Amino acid sequence: MAHGEFYMLGAVGAWVVFQATGSFLLALVAAPAVAGAVAVAADRFVLRPLRYAPGATIVATIGLLYIIQQAVLSLYGPEARPVAAPVAFTVQFPWFGYSGYKLMVGGLAVLLLGATWLVVNRTTLGLYMRATQQDPQMAQAFGVPVDRVYAATYALGGVLAAFAGVLIVPVQQAHYLMGLDALLLSFMVVIIGGLGSLKGTMVAALLMGLIDGVVSVFFSPTLARIVASGLVALVLVFRRGGLFGEQPV
Amino acid sequence: MTRGDGRRALALHLVILLVLLILQAFLPPFHHGMAARIMVLATYAVGYNLLLGYAGLMSLGHAMFFATGVYGSGLTVYYLDLGPAEAFLVGIAASILVAAVVGLLTLRTTGVAFLIVTMMFAQVFYLSTLLSSRITGGDQGLVLTGHLQPLRLGGLELALADPGVKYNVALATLAACLLVSLWLVRSPAGRVLVAIRENEERTRMLGYNTSAYRLLALIASGAITGTAGAVYALLFSYVGSTFASILYSIYPLLWVLLGGAGTTVGPLIGTGLMTYMVDAASSLTSSYLLVVGLALVVLVMKFPAGLAGALRARWWPWLP
Amino acid sequence: MATIGPLLQTEALHKAFGGLQAVRGADLRVDPGEIRAIIGPNGAGKTTLVGMISGRIRPTSGRVLFSGRDITAAPAHARVALGIVCTFQLTSIYGNLSVYANVALAVQRRWLRSAFDILRPDDHWLARDVHSALEEVGLPAAWDLPAGALPHGHQRLLEMAMALALRPRLLVLDEPTQGLAPDESAALTALIRRIADKVTVLLVEHNLEVVLGLSHRITVMDRGSIVAEGTPGEIEANPDVQRVYLGQ
Repeated sequence: MAHGEFYMLGAVGAWVVFQATGSFLLALVAAPAVAGAVAVAADRFVLRPLRYAPGATIVATIGLLYIIQQAVLSLYGPEARPVAAPVAFTVQFPWFGYSGYKLMVGGLAVLLLGATWLVVNRTTLGLYMRATQQDPQMAQAFGVPVDRVYAATYALGGVLAAFAGVLIVPVQQAHYLMGLDALLLSFMVVIIGGLGSLKGTMVAALLMGLIDGVVSVFFSPTLARIVASGLVALVLVFRRGGLFGEQPV
Repeated sequence: MTRGDGRRALALHLVILLVLLILQAFLPPFHHGMAARIMVLATYAVGYNLLLGYAGLMSLGHAMFFATGVYGSGLTVYYLDLGPAEAFLVGIAASILVAAVVGLLTLRTTGVAFLIVTMMFAQVFYLSTLLSSRITGGDQGLVLTGHLQPLRLGGLELALADPGVKYNVALATLAACLLVSLWLVRSPAGRVLVAIRENEERTRMLGYNTSAYRLLALIASGAITGTAGAVYALLFSYVGSTFASILYSIYPLLWVLLGGAGTTVGPLIGTGLMTYMVDAASSLTSSYLLVVGLALVVLVMKFPAGLAGALRARWWPWLP
Repeated sequence: MATIGPLLQTEALHKAFGGLQAVRGADLRVDPGEIRAIIGPNGAGKTTLVGMISGRIRPTSGRVLFSGRDITAAPAHARVALGIVCTFQLTSIYGNLSVYANVALAVQRRWLRSAFDILRPDDHWLARDVHSALEEVGLPAAWDLPAGALPHGHQRLLEMAMALALRPRLLVLDEPTQGLAPDESAALTALIRRIADKVTVLLVEHNLEVVLGLSHRITVMDRGSIVAEGTPGEIEANPDVQRVYLGQ
């Protein structure tokens, strides 16, 4: 539940690093590193002692969410602050121009998704992750270091979220409350796509983007979010595995 | 749990309520409003606890039921100019209806899925209040002052803006809901709810329709929560979409965990402590929600049974 | 009861889990007043068959009849109300709740007729009936103890007390003596024999000694099918059964 805040940390961190050094590239490395460190600490000192029990973990991560969010509020303040995009050209399509930066972000996102897919499906860590997700006790019995797998997954998720946060700052300003919306949105995408299915996640993200775009333009952004939230709830109620994932027996 | 325990538990609750009744004579008047607010929020916690503590279902969408009570009574007063008693009834009826519909849908899930589904439904509700801001007032809300008639009880006319009246209406609400919840958890149905929390499959094989009992728990919980919301709107003359936001779903979780889930007095203690802590923090810093975060983490790590849970484990095993 | 026919009957009952045929076309008849045992090697489909009788498992095809009534579609909790009560392969009590609360849950079940009953305070009659339910199985009165703190044999007796408090017409026992010491097992066997004049018993059991000494008739299953049925004497003498069950 605290991953929205890692996203926010990425964005805010990007602003801080950019102010200090003027280098966007440095921000892209430093901010996720900081978020990753926070995630590791949260895992080591809060989640691991709780043995990752589902109920307790959720309560604890809600707590972490507020701690991170409020800490940022007191250090960084309630203002939204922009960072200039590292590239400022516009790509001209026959009908309209499109910001080059947004296209670059899109490309990077595809690359990151590909890399994540490789990690999950082609590395030992990925194998461990999938085994642990199936049956933690069995995985442990087969020598999978379950605790470290949880820790690594959590930290990796935090780093990725922060990375996304850095990338978004030039498009959207950095603000201490931006984490919650991102969290809800990522929840929605993951649930609709099916837990543990990267392909589903991608399709769902496109679908949600489409719903958001169309409904926002023709009706209102609020209605778009209502439709999306309702869709998520109904998917969870009627199709536990998501629209694209396998249905649990 | 034997018969004597029942009497002791009832006596404890009556003593607590009596203390609260007497306390108002010693509290300075400017504290009456604050105390009334805590008591109404404690009623909310009592409703939440019924679901979390006894049926073992963790919801992150109770703000939806609370806000239904708030809007149900508040909008009735604002648009229909009905009296507080009628508005109160509308608020409760609306929350029972919402709880029944939401329950029929969400109770097909359990555990983490239940938590996320309730959160999403609450999100739909919250956004809907923003979307229909021409009626609900949205973020800004609506102030009921000027629309709110005095409460007529027999020949008495009580102005709800009066701190003393506020205090006693809040106390009466809390007392009624606390006793109803005590009665519910000590009834055969309460025993079944605890059994479902411990082992649902086994309870089904004892011949109980567990889905029906879980729905009952959700409706009772939603009704008490809605009662709290309805009274809140009337006492503080205000409705707004804040009450539907996710923070108002997290608060009761925090109060109940602090006081002790699955104990009837726990929510009371938890709400009092937490509300004072949040208020104290907010006068010091704008990042006062830090207190909420720290409390959640410390509680879940060090005191998973809460304050009343610790009391029960150490000294008072009869605590219901 | 007007019916002279079987209390429980299954017709061509079939269950497949994916590709695995757990039970294939089981026709079982249990008469009122019987103690019936189902035996067979591991994976023979005994527990699946019993699960379909109790309603925990939905059959792929076939019917379940209880005193002449088709209950194939009835949910598990409704079958308890009709009188089909089960105990489980692994002792299944509420370990965190007191012995009293465990039995009270079973006792109060048969008092709850209307929606209002579930909210009625109850302690008067409840305590009396809990007491007699515990007495019936010979469990020392340790009311306030958490049930999980009882020794294993007593937990099994507690489970029996809960089952009997539901006033079953058909009591389904899945491996009742599993994990019990010989004297505990003997006490349980004696209890089953004692209650059998009031209740029809269907038991799944590994311990052949218990089965042969206790049951009136025995049904043998192998690889999902019923392969033999008869009195203990007939089953003992049946060469097929010896081959299947004893692996000879």
